[in-house]
Amino acid sequence: MREVAIVGAGMTRFGEIWQSSLRDLFVEAATEAMRNASADHLDAMYVGNMSGGQFVGQEHLGPLMADHLGMAGIPAARVESACASGGVALRLAFMEVASGMSDLVLAAGVEKMNDGADVTAVLASAADQEAEAYHGITFPGLYAMIARAHMEAYGTTEEDMAAVSVKNHRHGALNPKAQFRREVTLEEVMNSSLVAAPLRLLHCSPVSDGAAAVLLCPLERAKEFTDRPVKIIGSGLATGSMALADRNEPAFLDSVSLSAGRAYKMAGIKPSDIDVVEVHDCFSIAEICCLEALCLVERGKGGEAARSGLTALGGKVPVNTSGGLKSKGHPVGATGVAQAIEIFEQLRGESGDRQVADASIGLAQNMGGSGASSAVHIFQRV
Amino acid sequence: MSGIVGYGAFVPRNRIKSEEIARQWGKDPETIRRGLLLEEKSVPGIDEDTITISVAAAQAALERAGIDPKRIGAVYIGSESHPYAVKPSGTILVDVLGIGPEVHVADFEFACKAGTEAMFVAFGLVESGRVEYALGIGADTSQGAPNDALEFSASAGGAAFIFGRKNVLAEVVETYSYTSDTPDFWRREGEFYPRHGGRFTGEPAYFKHVLSASRAILDKTGLKPKDFRFAVFHMPNGKFPLSAGKTLGFSKEQLETGWVVPTMGNTYSGSSPTGLAAILDVADPDDLILITSFGSGAGSDSFVLKATEELPRRRPRAPTVRSMLEGRRRYLTYGEYSKYREKIIVNQ
Repeated sequence: MREVAIVGAGMTRFGEIWQSSLRDLFVEAATEAMRNASADHLDAMYVGNMSGGQFVGQEHLGPLMADHLGMAGIPAARVESACASGGVALRLAFMEVASGMSDLVLAAGVEKMNDGADVTAVLASAADQEAEAYHGITFPGLYAMIARAHMEAYGTTEEDMAAVSVKNHRHGALNPKAQFRREVTLEEVMNSSLVAAPLRLLHCSPVSDGAAAVLLCPLERAKEFTDRPVKIIGSGLATGSMALADRNEPAFLDSVSLSAGRAYKMAGIKPSDIDVVEVHDCFSIAEICCLEALCLVERGKGGEAARSGLTALGGKVPVNTSGGLKSKGHPVGATGVAQAIEIFEQLRGESGDRQVADASIGLAQNMGGSGASSAVHIFQRV
Repeated sequence: MSGIVGYGAFVPRNRIKSEEIARQWGKDPETIRRGLLLEEKSVPGIDEDTITISVAAAQAALERAGIDPKRIGAVYIGSESHPYAVKPSGTILVDVLGIGPEVHVADFEFACKAGTEAMFVAFGLVESGRVEYALGIGADTSQGAPNDALEFSASAGGAAFIFGRKNVLAEVVETYSYTSDTPDFWRREGEFYPRHGGRFTGEPAYFKHVLSASRAILDKTGLKPKDFRFAVFHMPNGKFPLSAGKTLGFSKEQLETGWVVPTMGNTYSGSSPTGLAAILDVADPDDLILITSFGSGAGSDSFVLKATEELPRRRPRAPTVRSMLEGRRRYLTYGEYSKYREKIIVNQ
């Protein structure tokens, strides 16, 4: 396998971007990524997207996006793994470059969620239709059950979860691309509307439009495109039980643990080597569970991580410096690639007010459904 | 200068509290109270409709104007709940009030903007000299589907304004209209309840049009928010008009007089006109007033008005909006509300 580097990145602002369509969002991010690396062509492209079909009635995104990028003819395909679609697109692009099959490969993610669709119902199609969705449960309900299980098993409190939202909003307030560039207080989170007990509105990531793209090439060619490439040193993908009811321990995300183990092994590093992390905080409880499954904290100790300052900017392991899904926004198919961009910029020292000093190794974890799929990537400064 | 020579409003006596609607659907009433700033809304009685509301409001306007109804040369009623799909509301009104038959009559529809649209055209005909007096009305018995966010706001009421060139209560200093094809809220022919684009009704629809029209009329007149004593913006819920006002630089004090939505609800075509009537109920001579409506689809009309010495003199001839909002009320259960709004299927 060849060593692979990211040499360029581009991303739209995340939020309610009423004036941009699905293709507009993609083209904006993809063009910026290519311009960022002064690249004039692509050898292949993967487009992470959860549900263009249900959100805006548009499938077949490989050729559509290649065409609108002015590159009809190149190999291009849409990749779907629910909210982990972006992370899986990145993995396929990584594999294609690593294998020697192609040199310049774009990994992108895009989602247009604000266009009139019943978003909760569309997202619910990423749950197990027969075991879960048909019975009326939606994602806030599934994550509420995960939260209940964690509270029951480890004594995690609503305040612990609220502290995650407070931290991520504090980080997101520093991110010009974030949907909610404002801080929230613990009281605001605790008093926000109940969505699915114990989850409140400010425990939940928003409905967002957005796109993100990174350009990959063999490390040996990276200097043609940038002075500061970032290596992908580990990639892990795993699946878990689709239905929450089939899990041995609902408060533990097996797929995250498995995907992390595979990525750590490939990278040849330990969790303690990581300087900066992006995790999939679609709900604040998810960040708590992901930290445990990534072995960044002991099992059951995720609850106190945000409250103690461990995972804040300036803490021992800063988590979700971008603002996370909670504050930055969560255009589902774009999220995995946007996470990689945050780590890419941190490792290049380009994160401005939210820069983690001397960050050398970073990790991005992207999850689908209630944790039925998870993609983990580990990056290193060159 | 041309302007308003008489105004009046009407709000039905029936009310339903946000809490009662929330309870019915298992929703959190506090979320509605805090999120939409809605306490209760007016509900039309079994025999009340856009025409009866328009007649009551226009009667009050005639009292304040003190003119012979026969001198009114044009009557326009703006509503999205005209009782008949085909047959004008205005013809019944002119007969009841002794206006006409020498009168031009039309019913207008432009979602929640139809009221100011009627006012705009009435004012234009008076200003041009085509008619001596013209009556513009905004009134609705608004529709909102059960269990839709609209059910907490869709209410009943309206306001009527007679325009003329002599003895005006409030001069029309300037007008401005801003319109684009923005499908944020609609009801197709034959459908009972409107549909809407959720959050699309906010920033790209309500705020874009309300802010654009308001900014343009401020530019056109060279006035600044601080020059006004009062401002009222269309009130689809409690939050939007306050937020629009704040963005433009108006204070809570300038907004609260016309901000009738927390206890009246959204009377659709009657919303900002009723807010304007509530302002005229208290304004002093020389006070400047800004009104900007919003109608989905979408557009906004803005008026800058200036109260005259005549206003306090003729104001007492008819009831104020606040006296109707805070006066005798009858609180309905959801069941009674369902009956009044004809949501229960019965045999004929």
